[in-house]
Amino acid sequence: MITFMNNSDSEEEPCNERTSLMSAESPPVPSYQDGLQASEAGEAQAHRKRRAGSSRSPNNIAGGEMSGSGVPVRESVLENEEEELTLKYGAKHVIMLFVPVTLCMIVVVATIKSVRFYTEKNGQLIYTPFSEDTPSVGQRLLNSVLNTIVMISVIIVMTVFLVLLYKYRCYKFIHGWLILSSLMLLFLFTYIYLGEVLKTYNVAMDYPTLFIVIWNFGAVGMICIHWKGPLQLQQAYLIMISALMALVFIKYLPEWSAWVILGAISIYDLMAVLCPKGPLRMLVETAQERNEPIFPALIYSSAMMWTVGMAKPDTAARGPSQQTWDAAEDGREHLRSPSHAESQMSETRSPVPTTRPVTALEELEEEERGVKLGLGDFIFYSVLVGKAAATASGDWNTTLACFVAILIGLCLTLLLLAVFKKALPALPISITFGLIFYFSTDNLVRPFMDTLASHQLYI
Amino acid sequence: AGCAAIALGPAAALLLLTVAAEPLLLIVLLAGAFLWLLSLLAASLLWFVSVRLSGREDAALLPLGAAAAVLLQELCRFACFKMLKKADEGLATLSEDGRSLISLRQMAYVSGLSFGITSGVFSIINILAESAGPGTVGIHGDSPYYFITSAFLTMALVLLHTFWGVIFFDACERRHAGGLGLVVGGHLLTSGLTFLNPWYEASLGPIFILTLCTGLWAFSTAGGSFRNILKCLSCK
Repeated sequence: MITFMNNSDSEEEPCNERTSLMSAESPPVPSYQDGLQASEAGEAQAHRKRRAGSSRSPNNIAGGEMSGSGVPVRESVLENEEEELTLKYGAKHVIMLFVPVTLCMIVVVATIKSVRFYTEKNGQLIYTPFSEDTPSVGQRLLNSVLNTIVMISVIIVMTVFLVLLYKYRCYKFIHGWLILSSLMLLFLFTYIYLGEVLKTYNVAMDYPTLFIVIWNFGAVGMICIHWKGPLQLQQAYLIMISALMALVFIKYLPEWSAWVILGAISIYDLMAVLCPKGPLRMLVETAQERNEPIFPALIYSSAMMWTVGMAKPDTAARGPSQQTWDAAEDGREHLRSPSHAESQMSETRSPVPTTRPVTALEELEEEERGVKLGLGDFIFYSVLVGKAAATASGDWNTTLACFVAILIGLCLTLLLLAVFKKALPALPISITFGLIFYFSTDNLVRPFMDTLASHQLYI
Repeated sequence: AGCAAIALGPAAALLLLTVAAEPLLLIVLLAGAFLWLLSLLAASLLWFVSVRLSGREDAALLPLGAAAAVLLQELCRFACFKMLKKADEGLATLSEDGRSLISLRQMAYVSGLSFGITSGVFSIINILAESAGPGTVGIHGDSPYYFITSAFLTMALVLLHTFWGVIFFDACERRHAGGLGLVVGGHLLTSGLTFLNPWYEASLGPIFILTLCTGLWAFSTAGGSFRNILKCLSCK
C-alpha cells in the first residue's frame, strides 16, 4: 500500500555556523554557549543540581564537566547583558517548540474524537503483517512483538538506504523521493481526510469544489515546503502533514503493536543518534564534513533566517548554507524523522544595546534561528496522544496526562540539548514518560477519579 | 458550556493575563502540572493497592484515598517549592544584578495556579464530556444540580490551590510552620467537606467561605493591603 516509509533525517550540527557566527565578536564560542547553557540552566527543572555558591568569576570558562546530571554554570565576561536575554530566549525557544507540538496534538485528538473513521479497524499496513485478532494473550503479544520487529527493520533499512544515498551524493534521487512522498501526503491523504470529515458532519461537497480546494491546498503546500514561503504558512503545513501522518498510523496500527512500536522506536532513536555507528549519526557527521545542511526537508524549524547581503567576512563561510537554508528547508515529514532536536541559537543582536560596534548591516541581518525538531517526533508524539484519546476508556484524563508527560519530556530533552550541544534524540524521554503515564493513568488513576467523581468528591 | 466557563473561566483568565506572556512562567506551569499528576498517580496507586488488599468495596476506602491524595499533593507542592527555590537561585546567579527574572512570589503564584488548573481540569473534564452527550441528570435519584455544583466546586478548588500555593511558598520561605499546617489543614477540610455532597448547603457554602478567607490571607501574605488596593484603583 503505502510505500513511502522514509527515514528522514536529522539536522546538522550547527557548530560551523555558530563558530563562524561568533567570530565577529569576542569572546569566542564557549561563552556564547555559556549563555545558551545559562538560559537552559535557568529554566532547568528536575535534573538541575546547582553548585551552590558558584560565584561569578570573570573569564571563567569552565570545562564541560557535569556533576551528575547537573548543569555546569559557566560565567561569561561580555555577554552579561545578553545573558538575561538568552535566558529569556532559551525559554522562548522551548515555548516555540511547545506550540507546534501542542497544535499537532490538538488537531489529532480533535479528529480522533469526532471522526469515526480513524478509530475503526480497517485492515493493516503491510508493515505489520501479523494480525492481533488472536484469542490468547500470549499469541497476541507475540504477534505485536513480531510486528514491531518487522516495522523497525523496515525503518532501519530505509534509514541505511538514505544514509548511503547521501554518502554517495545521489541528491537528485533523495529529492525526488521526498518530493514524491510529500506529494502523496499532501494530495491523497488530505483527500481522504477531507472526505471523512465531510462525511462526519454530513456536509455535501461537489467534485469540482473538492478538486479546486485540494489542488490549491496541495500546490501551495508543495511550494511552501520545498521552496520558499512565509514561515507561518510553512509551519502550518508541516503541522498538518504530521497530523495526517499520525492519523494514518493511529488508524492502521493494531493496538498492542502500536505501543510496542512506540517503545521500540524510542530505543532505536536513542541508538541511531548516539551510537558511533548509528546511521543517523553518520548522516550528521557526513553533512558536517561537507559543511552543508543535511536536507532541505523533514525538519520543523521555529524560526527562519532572513539573509541580507552581508559584508562581514565571518559570515562568508555561512553564505552557502544560508542560501539553502531558506524557509523551504524545513521540509516535510515522513514516517520517521530521526528525531533530532537541535538548538540553533544565534545572536539576537538588536534588542540590546551592546558595547560592540553594531553596524547597520548587522542589524538588518537579524536572524533568530530557533530550535529545530524533526517531523518524526511530531508524528510519534501525536500518535501517542492520539492513541490515548482513541483507546483509553478514561478518555480525557489519560489524554491530558500523556500530553503533559510529553511536553515535560520535550522540555527535558531541550535542556539536555543545551547541556550537550549536539544532535539529540527527542523521542526517548518524552515517549517513555508518555507511555508510563498512559498505562498508569489508564489503569490506576481512572478508577480512582471515576469513583471520586461519582460521589462528587474533590481532592 | 456554561459549566465549563464557570469552572475554568477564572483559571483561563488568570492564565491569559499573567502567564501567557512570559515563557519561563509557562514552563513553571508545566512543571507544576507534572508534579500534581505525579501526586495523583501515587495516590491512585495507594488506593488501588489498598482496595485490592483489603478486598472491600471501592467506595469504602475513598476517605483514605482522598486523604492520601491531599497529603501527597501537599508533598508535591513542597517538592515544587524546593525545585523552584533552586531555579530562583540559579536565575539570580546568572543575571547581572543578582535578581532573577521572575520572583519567587510569581513562581509561587504560577505553581499554585498550575496545581489548581490541573486538578480542576482533571475533575471536570469527564463531567463536561458527559454533559455534552445525551442523558438526564440525576435520574437515579441523585441531585439534578450535579453539573452546576461540580462547576462551582471546581472553580473554588482552582482558586484555593492558587491561594494555597502563595501561602505555602511564603510559609516555607519564612519557615513558618503554622502556615504550612493551616494550608494542609485547609486542604483536608475542603476535601472533607466535599464528602458532604449532595448536601450542597453544607459543602458549597463553607467551601466558598474558606476560599474567600484563604484569598484574603494570600493577598496579605503577598504584601497586599487595603491601602495598596486604594492606590491601585486610583491609578497612582
